[in-house]
Amino acid sequence: MSMAHVKKGFWHRFFFSLDHKDIGLQYLITTMFIAFFAGIFAMVFRIHLAYPDVSIPLFGTIGPKEYNILVTNHGLIMVLWLSMGVLLASAGNFLIPVMLGTDDMAFPKLNKLSYWFFLSSVLVLIASFFMPQKGFGGGWTLYPPLSVGDFGYNTAYKSFAGRFFSSNTFVLLAVALEFVSLLMGGINFMVTLFNKRAKGMGLLQVPMVVWMIVIASVLFMFSVGPLVAGTFMLLLDINAGTGFYDASRGGDPLLWEHLFWFFGHPEVYVILLPGLGILAEVITTNARKTLFGYNLILVLVLIAMVLSLMVWAHHQFVAGIDPRAATVFSILTIIISLPFAGVILSFLATLWKSNLRLTLPMKWALAAIVLFTILGGFTGLHLGAALFDVYAHDTSFVVAHFHYTLIPVVLFSGMAGFYHWFNKFSGRELNRFLGNLHFWLTFIFFNGFGIPLFLLGLAGQPRRYAGYDHIPYLSEGHLPLLREIATISAIILVLSQFIFVFNFIWSAFKGKKISSTNPWESTTLEWQTDSPPPHGNFEVYPVVYHGPYEYNRPDTEKDYLPQNQKL
Amino acid sequence: MNTLSISKIAWNRIPQARLAMWTLIAGEFVIFGGLIVTYLLNRMKYPGWGEMAMHTNVIAGTINTFVLLTSSFFVVKAHEAALKKNIGKIKFWIWLTILCALIFLGIKAYEYTHEIHAGFTLSSPALLAQGKHVETLYWSLYYTMTGLHGLHVVAGALALFFVMRNISKTGTHFHRIEVAGLYWHMVDIIWIFLFPLIYLIH
Repeated sequence: MSMAHVKKGFWHRFFFSLDHKDIGLQYLITTMFIAFFAGIFAMVFRIHLAYPDVSIPLFGTIGPKEYNILVTNHGLIMVLWLSMGVLLASAGNFLIPVMLGTDDMAFPKLNKLSYWFFLSSVLVLIASFFMPQKGFGGGWTLYPPLSVGDFGYNTAYKSFAGRFFSSNTFVLLAVALEFVSLLMGGINFMVTLFNKRAKGMGLLQVPMVVWMIVIASVLFMFSVGPLVAGTFMLLLDINAGTGFYDASRGGDPLLWEHLFWFFGHPEVYVILLPGLGILAEVITTNARKTLFGYNLILVLVLIAMVLSLMVWAHHQFVAGIDPRAATVFSILTIIISLPFAGVILSFLATLWKSNLRLTLPMKWALAAIVLFTILGGFTGLHLGAALFDVYAHDTSFVVAHFHYTLIPVVLFSGMAGFYHWFNKFSGRELNRFLGNLHFWLTFIFFNGFGIPLFLLGLAGQPRRYAGYDHIPYLSEGHLPLLREIATISAIILVLSQFIFVFNFIWSAFKGKKISSTNPWESTTLEWQTDSPPPHGNFEVYPVVYHGPYEYNRPDTEKDYLPQNQKL
Repeated sequence: MNTLSISKIAWNRIPQARLAMWTLIAGEFVIFGGLIVTYLLNRMKYPGWGEMAMHTNVIAGTINTFVLLTSSFFVVKAHEAALKKNIGKIKFWIWLTILCALIFLGIKAYEYTHEIHAGFTLSSPALLAQGKHVETLYWSLYYTMTGLHGLHVVAGALALFFVMRNISKTGTHFHRIEVAGLYWHMVDIIWIFLFPLIYLIH
């Protein structure tokens, strides 16, 4: 601990530190804080859908307006703040410099600045709930005219102040601030990968998770630009009386859908790629085998990155786009599943005939692969075909589909990473009993929530309806029971995350001190330094001789060969 | 393990700041790309936009194009001076660049004034009153695109100013002229796209 004499106070550590590990922790805590509310929102509107007349403590009886606000903010926070905040910003900050064997990011001050932008975006988002509209309810996709809301290009809110100090404006500003934050972070990640690798580390010896986070950042940068411009135009529509998206003036609401989904679809891969990267690390460590097809995975992901910029209109099959275009987008959408099938097959080939260690992170990782592939990926193929999508669009089937893609990636592989690296960055062990309890409750009740939604969707239950009581065919037979099962499961799913929060906080302060700096016997560089890594990460900077996954080589004594150990 | 100092572990295959700036520029082009595609699609859809484009001041736009192109030349001269670490010449050429930026903004302000007086504003209520709905969109997008570009001109000039001040104070960080200059060229190139699209096509 060469820098152990640098004592950091609370304020310094949580507000002004330039150390990438501190900034990663700041991202993690901020996103967990905001995701807490998004989880509570989900519980509340699920209760409302199953038991419409129940009065919920603190929220009362949920009317259509409140329902819209809850659903919108649940989606916005989970997709834009939690997913990217944890998998890109927090994981990127924790992992990239240590895994590359260097002291910090390429631009530590830029890194700090990007966190400040992230924090201010969260604060602006929270402020949106205190505006006269009491929260934004225009759907997480922010489609105009819903996102223009009560202003509706009309005369009701003439004053500029009335338009500016509205939930609509504040939510858009929060989204814009968050994009700025992640763009700056992405520049930092990319330059760090290319310029700050340890001596001897070739580009094809970089751990997969680092590649994935950087590729995701680059993809984010290439896809988000048009939406930044679009957000700018939407802000002008609300605040300056322009009519970019106003059909009555020749503007086009579809323009927003194009700009949004040109970002929105690559966005799901921006979230997916770091998740796959974490899976690659956890699986190789616990399967004690080298990653099958490292180069192949990189090539497949780069192909998918290009394809992902050409599939966006599959979100708009029923929005009135040209049927000929729909065919093209259907075909491209189905093609894009091939590279990801290739990546998953590489993981399965890594697991094939391996000497499996079923540790807690490995359980999360295996569950992530199973749920993502079988229920998330395959239903994605269904929805990608325009013929099926026209039937299932805007039903609970779609809701179940994207929860089965996002939750395995964000929650399951995020947790795999958390349980894998917690001991490295805290120097303490997590409580295993609580960890297992958290895993099984999450696994069982996530399916208890998702599978009924598939069935409800196929039965024709539309999404984004503030209650189904008044629709006769949805309040008959077994459908109300399915909604109750989904609701009770969702409540337990959200509540079981508090086991994790408790485990995190308790173990970080009171957990058993870790006895080894490399408890999983892993090869990558972060395991070859102290736990937690000191300021500057390494006492002597490592020199790399091998690729990242040298397990079970016949010519070594132990079954793993660290990257920095000469043969 | 051996004992390497931290300065030796960074391989610096590509100069760090230049790589970051290229990445930023790529991101900026996508932002303007979104606006330009929006503009082109609407332009092809609505013949009325051509009529609105007639109201732009082509002469002022042409002068502004020359001003920006000249400023790019000045930045290159400043870069040349930075390679020779000649602080006096750096200051001379950067001040000329900033002067060009100010001239550009001045001419743009002159254009805006005339257009606003003719009733063409961000939301153009005068055109709306005449029933020319689609035509208002042209001006909305005109102000959005040129306004966003104008903000980039301001940002680029400020960056050049602070880089120059820092160099003349400390006598180090000469490479920053190149990095800020790259940004300035980007501002120039974006204008090269905007000028024919907005002013020249009728």
